[in-house]
Amino acid sequence: MIGPLMKAALAKTLLESLIEIIRKTSTELPDDVVRALEAGKAEEAEGSRGKYAMGIISENIGLAKKKSQPLCQDTGSVLFFVHYPAKIDHALFSKLIRKAVTAATKKGYLRQNSVDALTGKNDGTNVGPGAPTIHAEPWKKDFFDIRLVLKGGGCENVGAQYSLPDARVGAGRDLVGVKKCILDAVQQAQGKGCGPGILGVTIGGDRATGYLISKEQFLRKMDDCSPEPSLAKLEDEVTTEANTLGIGPMGFGGKTTLLKTKIAAINRVPASFFVSVSYMCWAYRRQGAKVSTRGKIEKWFY
Amino acid sequence: MIRLEAPFTEDKIRALKVGDMVEIYGLVYTGRDAVHKWLAEGNEPPKAEVDLRNSAIYHCGPVVMEKGKGDRKRYTVTAAGPTTSTREEPYQAGIIEKFGVRLVIGKGGMGEKTRIACEKFGCVYLHAVGGAAQVLAEAVKEVEGVYGLEKFGSPEAIWKLRVEKFPVVVTIDAHGNSLHKEIEASSGAALHGIFAGMKK
Ligand code: SF4
Repeated sequence: MIGPLMKAALAKTLLESLIEIIRKTSTELPDDVVRALEAGKAEEAEGSRGKYAMGIISENIGLAKKKSQPLCQDTGSVLFFVHYPAKIDHALFSKLIRKAVTAATKKGYLRQNSVDALTGKNDGTNVGPGAPTIHAEPWKKDFFDIRLVLKGGGCENVGAQYSLPDARVGAGRDLVGVKKCILDAVQQAQGKGCGPGILGVTIGGDRATGYLISKEQFLRKMDDCSPEPSLAKLEDEVTTEANTLGIGPMGFGGKTTLLKTKIAAINRVPASFFVSVSYMCWAYRRQGAKVSTRGKIEKWFY
Repeated sequence: MIRLEAPFTEDKIRALKVGDMVEIYGLVYTGRDAVHKWLAEGNEPPKAEVDLRNSAIYHCGPVVMEKGKGDRKRYTVTAAGPTTSTREEPYQAGIIEKFGVRLVIGKGGMGEKTRIACEKFGCVYLHAVGGAAQVLAEAVKEVEGVYGLEKFGSPEAIWKLRVEKFPVVVTIDAHGNSLHKEIEASSGAALHGIFAGMKK
């Protein structure tokens, strides 16, 4: 365990690094996401509504970065995915993350965006039961791996979970059925998730784990594909076929309905077969950094 | 691109068609859940402060910064993206009818009741680009005032925003058309086509 003296110095630097990770996540989209959005814009016909929407989106990305202001005013659910050196005290580290969230809120990098589920009260800190969400695991390595996803409410609302077989969709317990469910989710979402969207999908698991792993897919880079060939193929097919639905940016009509699809498969019990679909809006805010045991940011991951 | 300038008369509104790309110039009032509920309950803001006849209502909870005190108090908007409109679906039609609202601006579209009210009373639903908080904040040239700051809190209050070149798309027009309905139907048909072509 790290001694109390060192702890204070580490805590201070680490807190600053955490705030910086939040700032960067909320105000700048990663390069790979910007490239995918630009490619989507190029697909849309000159003078079309799709082009118009994509033009406004790219202007917005530039402005937010320049002004260091949140890209979207819904700064979303704050989801941390973290690995930390085993010698670090877990409780203390989690406390620091919560402190960083409150500080980042004060600085305006996050909107006051977290309310009591029962009373609707907003205490303005963005900290409370389940907020922020911290998925943290200790590891043997001598640095922190701190990743953050900000997930907006509009797109979270259009996520969907299917229990196969699904009679409405006509989906059986195979990859064809899985694909039907995913495409159905895209059609149901229309433009409400602020598309063009990015999908994170889990096949299998229990309901909670399915959704969790679907969110973890948002840590993957835009241009990677699943190491499992059948899933890599499915990822491509879903994106291509969804883009023939004509929903387009913001649901205005057009070619770019989805930018990417990321799919994982995890074990399930024989009785259950879930397909969990999380939808990420174009304001795909993810960032992450390698942080030293002194608390300094050494490298950005995205 | 269509330039839509205040005053928002019925003629100008009836001339718009679903799918039109529009830039708004004039005064818009923000209003979200609390305000819609309050108006639907029969309340009315004082006309001198908020005149809803031929007005534009924007479903938005802006982030507003305050500078100075008393008479020298000035507001600036730092984020002004749209919020999801369907939450106001139960109230919107009645408000369009009672107050003669001409533009409803938001995101995600609205339902049948609103579509019918738009046709009957000469109103349009304009879809802003969700998430474009910064572009839309730039289009706000001035905050002319605020009503109900105490009552509703900052994000829910009625902010009077003078906008220029505020970009939107007409997705429900005053002739009974809804782009949302059209795209839902065409994408549904396309989905069935894909399903039909799949091996079982
Ligand atoms: S879905 Fe995304 S882009 Fe749309 S309002 Fe929510 S956070 Fe912003």
